[in-house]
Amino acid sequence: MSKKPSTFFNMVGTLFIISFFSSAALGFVYEMTKGPIAKATLEKKIKAIQEVVPAFDNHPLDEVYSVDIDEGTLFFYPAKKNNKLVGTAVETLTTKGFSGIIKLMVGLLPDGTINNIVVVETHETPGLGDKIKKEKSDFSKQFTGKNPSLFTLKVKKDGGSVDAITAATISSRAFCDAVIKGYQAYKKEVRK
Amino acid sequence: MNQWQNLIKGLIKENPVFVLILGTCPTLAVTTSVANALGMGLSTTFVLVTSNLAISALKDFIPDKVRIPCFIVVIASFVTIVDLVMAGYCQVIHAQLGIFIPLIVVNCIVLGRAEAFAAKNGLWSSTVDGLGMGLGFTFALLVLSAIREALGSGSFLGHKFIHSDGILFFILAPGAFIVFGYVIAIINRMNRGTK
Repeated sequence: MSKKPSTFFNMVGTLFIISFFSSAALGFVYEMTKGPIAKATLEKKIKAIQEVVPAFDNHPLDEVYSVDIDEGTLFFYPAKKNNKLVGTAVETLTTKGFSGIIKLMVGLLPDGTINNIVVVETHETPGLGDKIKKEKSDFSKQFTGKNPSLFTLKVKKDGGSVDAITAATISSRAFCDAVIKGYQAYKKEVRK
Repeated sequence: MNQWQNLIKGLIKENPVFVLILGTCPTLAVTTSVANALGMGLSTTFVLVTSNLAISALKDFIPDKVRIPCFIVVIASFVTIVDLVMAGYCQVIHAQLGIFIPLIVVNCIVLGRAEAFAAKNGLWSSTVDGLGMGLGFTFALLVLSAIREALGSGSFLGHKFIHSDGILFFILAPGAFIVFGYVIAIINRMNRGTK
């Protein structure tokens, strides 16, 4: 078979047909993987909640409530044991990261003390900003057991008490920003 | 050239990474651990084989002037399929490889093979070529990552064989360049012997 000549009609037709079949195939695969992806994402979320709050026996995902702030929506997952609140996992975010959005799961004890923090989503520079992740450096561990009412959630450069990651001050600042937002929203909710 | 030579050329003689020096960006970025390298290598192999097959089948149907956009659409579709399937069934590796899966689209190996080989050869040769090149890429990633993981974190596939941290330098970018350079030198030396 000889090659099709590059006439206008041929080119438009070919591109149309190829795009059409590609999008059909993608739509099919998307439908097929939608279930497993949603399930995997949910499992990841449950794992993150388990990591940041003390042991619980309820289903925090079913009792979720949310608060809208300027940059997006914060989600609160109350963790209860024997119907008593043992902690709240706050899914908080900031857009001040070096490469856009950072999502954190912050575990707060009922009195507002930070129990543990897990990074849910980040696009920070590998090797520098991504040290906010627990498995990459001890940065996020310094928040454990600190109560933001007694502890200034700002990097030392800005007059706070947080040790920033070397060469990643912007990421460290963004991390603090997300934690503060989560904490303040939590306090506001609790007071209600 | 018979099919066996066609398959084997991608491994050493025309290895896409060590000899053609294509796709160095993902190569240097994902070779920090053997598991990452394996995931990346196999995904790229899948994309290479399927896109070579599709492009070879469509080559007479695509007018010359729009061939590059057509190739890119085909390649991008397969990459997105890999991305979705991986996100659904293999979340751990997906989280590790992150941005580098979508970037297979612009990996020069894939477009290079489509343009240089699949657009001129038959179905069967193109598939074999894609497989050979993909395995060559995977092989290159495995060699680099095995060296870097062993020196950098003292482990292989996550199993530690020394009880310390290793030389962090080899996990970072400069270490990647140095290991890459030495391996290229060794491969060049070997190839010179056979010529």
